[in-house]
Amino acid sequence: MEGLDDILAKYYQSEGSIVSILQDMEVRYGYIPEEAVAWVSEQTGLSASRFYGVATFYGQFHLVKPGKHVVKICRGTACHVKGSEKISDDIQTMLNVGVGQTTPDGNFTVEHVACVGACARAPIFIVDKDVYGKITPQKAKKTLEQYMGGEGNGKG
Amino acid sequence: MEKAKTEIIVGMGTCGITAGAADIYALAAESAKTKGLDVRLSSTSCIGMCHSEVLVDVVTPGFARVTYGNVTKEAIEEIISSHVAANVPVAKYVIAQMPSYGKTYDDIPIFGQMPYMNKQERVVLSNCGFIDPLSIEDYISKGGYEAVKKVIGGGDPKAAIEIIKASGLRGRGGAGFPTGLKWEFCNKAVSDKKYIICNADEGDPGAFMDRSVLEGDPHAIIEGMLIAGFSIGASYGYVYCRAEYPLAISNLKVAIKEAHERNFLGDNVLNSGFKFNIKIKEGAGAFVCGEETALIASIEGLRGMPRAKPPFPAQKGLWGKPTVINNVETLANIPRIIVKGADWFSSFGTEKSKGTKVFALAGKINRGGLIEIPMGITLREIIYDIGGGIPNDRAFKAVQTGGPSGGCLTAAMLDTPVDYESIAKAGSIVGSGGMIVMDEDDCMVNIAKYFLEFTQSESCGKCTPCRIGTKRLYEILERITEGKGRKGDLELLEELSEDIRLASLCGLGQTAPNPILSTLRNFRDEYVAHIEEKRCPAAVCKPLITFTIIEKSCTGCMACARACPTSAITGERKKPHFITSEKCIKCGSCFDVCKFKSVLKK
Ligand SMILES: Cc1cc2nc3c(=O)[nH]c(=O)nc-3n(C[C@H](O)[C@H](O)[C@H](O)COP(=O)(O)O)c2cc1C
Ligand code: SF4
Ligand code: SF4
Ligand code: SF4
Ligand code: FES
Ligand code: FES
Repeated sequence: MEGLDDILAKYYQSEGSIVSILQDMEVRYGYIPEEAVAWVSEQTGLSASRFYGVATFYGQFHLVKPGKHVVKICRGTACHVKGSEKISDDIQTMLNVGVGQTTPDGNFTVEHVACVGACARAPIFIVDKDVYGKITPQKAKKTLEQYMGGEGNGKG
Repeated sequence: MEKAKTEIIVGMGTCGITAGAADIYALAAESAKTKGLDVRLSSTSCIGMCHSEVLVDVVTPGFARVTYGNVTKEAIEEIISSHVAANVPVAKYVIAQMPSYGKTYDDIPIFGQMPYMNKQERVVLSNCGFIDPLSIEDYISKGGYEAVKKVIGGGDPKAAIEIIKASGLRGRGGAGFPTGLKWEFCNKAVSDKKYIICNADEGDPGAFMDRSVLEGDPHAIIEGMLIAGFSIGASYGYVYCRAEYPLAISNLKVAIKEAHERNFLGDNVLNSGFKFNIKIKEGAGAFVCGEETALIASIEGLRGMPRAKPPFPAQKGLWGKPTVINNVETLANIPRIIVKGADWFSSFGTEKSKGTKVFALAGKINRGGLIEIPMGITLREIIYDIGGGIPNDRAFKAVQTGGPSGGCLTAAMLDTPVDYESIAKAGSIVGSGGMIVMDEDDCMVNIAKYFLEFTQSESCGKCTPCRIGTKRLYEILERITEGKGRKGDLELLEELSEDIRLASLCGLGQTAPNPILSTLRNFRDEYVAHIEEKRCPAAVCKPLITFTIIEKSCTGCMACARACPTSAITGERKKPHFITSEKCIKCGSCFDVCKFKSVLKK
C-alpha cells in the first residue's frame, strides 16, 4: 500500500513493533484501515489476526473511520465527581449518537477518555486537539456549536 | 556580560494549556514587543497550583519573583504595562512572591508561607515549575546530573544500591516495594543484557503526579534511569508512557536528545565506558499495562496480559532478560537521594514510610493541584490546610485514595496520618497518589459502580474470576442504583468480592473489589437506603430521584423550560412553572440553570 513503506521499515529495525505499526497507522489515518492491515500482513508474513488481536485489545485503536471532529469527554474519577456523566449524556443527546459512534453526516464522533492528567481543572472536554477545562454542560454544548459552523448542523 | 532582563515565565503544563496558557504566552510576547520592552519570555511546567492557572511569573532583576494566578488576557496586559515596564506588581492578580530571587515587595505574601505551600516538602517536585523543562542547562544549573557523575565516577555499581537501600525509599507506583532491594536482586542476576523500565503509564484515572514530573522535570527521570541502569548493569532503558500525555512525551523526547548531545546518554556515557540508551514506548490505552508483566508484554508488541509471578521481572523480564521496573516518581527521587544522602531522605516521613509523597489533589476541593508532603501528615492537613477545604459550603463526605484499587475514607478518618501503614489500616491504600475529595452530593454506591465499570472494562480477560466476576459485581451495583436492589445483595457483593480477590491472577482483579468493600464498610447505610427505601440520599441515582418545582419561590423566569430537552416544563412567564414527570428524563438541566434554587431534586 502506497506510503506505508516507512512504517514498515521501522518494523524491520526494532522488535515488538506490532503495537508500533498500528500506532503509526492510527496517527496517519485516524483509524486502522482494513487494507493497510492486509498489506502489512502480506509484507511481514504475520497473519492479519495477530494485528487485529492487538488492535482490539488496546483502547487507543479505532477500527472504523472517525468523524471529522472527535469529541472526547473525560470520564476519569476527578471528572466523574465533577459531573462529566451529565456532560456526556447531554452531548450524546445533542448529537443524537452514543459513545463510540459518529453522526450520520460524518461530522462528529463522541468518545470517552479515562483522564488526560488535567484533573485539577475537571471536568475536561476535548474537541480534536483543543482541551477545555472547568466545563459545564451548557458551555460544552456552546463550544461544540462553534465546530458546527459551515459544516452542516452536525445533527445528521 | 549581558544586561539582566526582566523575565516573564508562563506555566505551560497540561493544566496551564487547558486554561489557555498558549494564548497568554503569545499575548505577552506581542505586548512586550509593541511596548518596546526587552524581556526574556520563557515557559515552565506544573508548579502544582493547577487551580490558579493560567500562572505567570515575573522577575525584575534584583527583585523577588512574583507569581500571578488566573491570568486572563486583560490581566497580562496590565501585568506587562505595570510590573514588567515599571516594576510595580499588579496587586489584584498577585498570588505570592519568592524572596530567594531578590528584594521583596510590600504587601505580597511569601510563596513558601502560603497555606497551600507551607506544609509541603518539595523533593521530587523541587524543579517542577522552576525550570524550563526543555533546557538541559536549567536542569544542570539546579545541580542536575551531579548524581550520575558521582555514581559513575565512583565506579562501583553496588554503591548506589546501598545508598538507596539505606534511604528506605519504597516504590511510588503503588505496591511500595523497597527500591534498593529490587535493584539488588537484578544486580545479582547474571545475564548478557538487562533492562530498566520507567513505568509512566499512570493508569489511575484521576491522577497526574507522573504527568507533571515528566512534563516539568524530564531530566530527573533520565538521571534516575541512568543511575538505576548503572547499578543493575543495564544498558537499555524504556519509558512506557501513556499516550494521553502528549506533552510529557514530547518534553521527554527533547530531554533525551539533549542528554545525548551532552554525552549523558549514549554508547560511552561521560567517557566512562558505560553505555546507556533510552527509548520511549507509547502505551495504547489499557489500564492493565501498568502491571509489570503486562507492561513488558506490551513493549514486546503483544496484547498486554499479565502472567504469573515468579519468575519476577528482576529475574526474567523484557525479552526474557532481568529487568527492573520503577515508577516515574520513584526514579525522580533517586538523583536527590544520591546527592543529599540517605539520612537526609529518611529524615522525612515516618518510621516505615520514608521520604515525601506526591499527591494529585482533585475533586471537590478549593485548591486542587499537585502537592508533595512529608509522609505522616494527616488527611485533614492535606484537605483543609493545603487544599483549602470543600467549595460551595458543602460538607466533606469522603476522600478516595488509590484509584480503582483503593478505597474511600470518611470524615471520622481525617486524622489518619498519610503513610503506607496507616492508610492501609484505615481501609484504603496510598496507591500511586491519586486523591479525590467528595462531598455530600456524591453517592457512594454510584462511586463504587463507577470504579467497577472501569475495572470490568479494563480486565484483560485472562482469568474468569476477574473477567466475569467484576461484570457481576457491576451488574449488582447497577441494579441497586436503579432501585432494583434485592435483599441479600450486599452479602452477595461481599462474598463475590472475596472470591475475586483470592482467585485473580494480577493486581487488577485482586484489588478491583476494594472500592465496593470500603464503601460497604464505611457507608453501608447508603446502600441500605437504595435497596430498602429505594432512595438515593445524595440524590444522584436517576431512577431514584424526582425533580419538582417549588411553586413559592419560582419566579417564572423560564430558564428551566428553555433548558429542558424534552419540553417537560410548562408555565407562563412570571408564573410558577411545572414539571410533567412522565416527560422528565431526569437530566438535571433545570436544576443546574435555576438561579432561584426553585428546582427540587430528591
Ligand atoms: C492493574 C495495575 C496497574 C498498575 N498501574 C501502574 C501505573 O500506572 N504506574 C505505576 O508506576 N505502577 C503501576 N502499577 C504497579 C506496577 O505493577 C509496579 O509495581 C510498579 O511500576 C513498580 O515500580 P515502583 O516499585 O517504583 O513503584 C500497576 C499495578 C497493577 C496491578
Ligand atoms: S486479574 Fe484480571 S486483569 Fe489480571 S490477569 Fe486476570 S483477567 Fe487479566
Ligand atoms: S428556572 Fe427556576 S425560577 Fe425560573 S421558571 Fe424555572 S423553576 Fe422557576
Ligand atoms: S430534569 Fe431534565 S428532563 Fe426533567 S424537567 Fe428538568 S430539564 Fe426537563
Ligand atoms: S479525571 Fe479528567 S482529567 Fe483526570
Ligand atoms: S499544570 Fe500548571 S500548575 Fe499544574
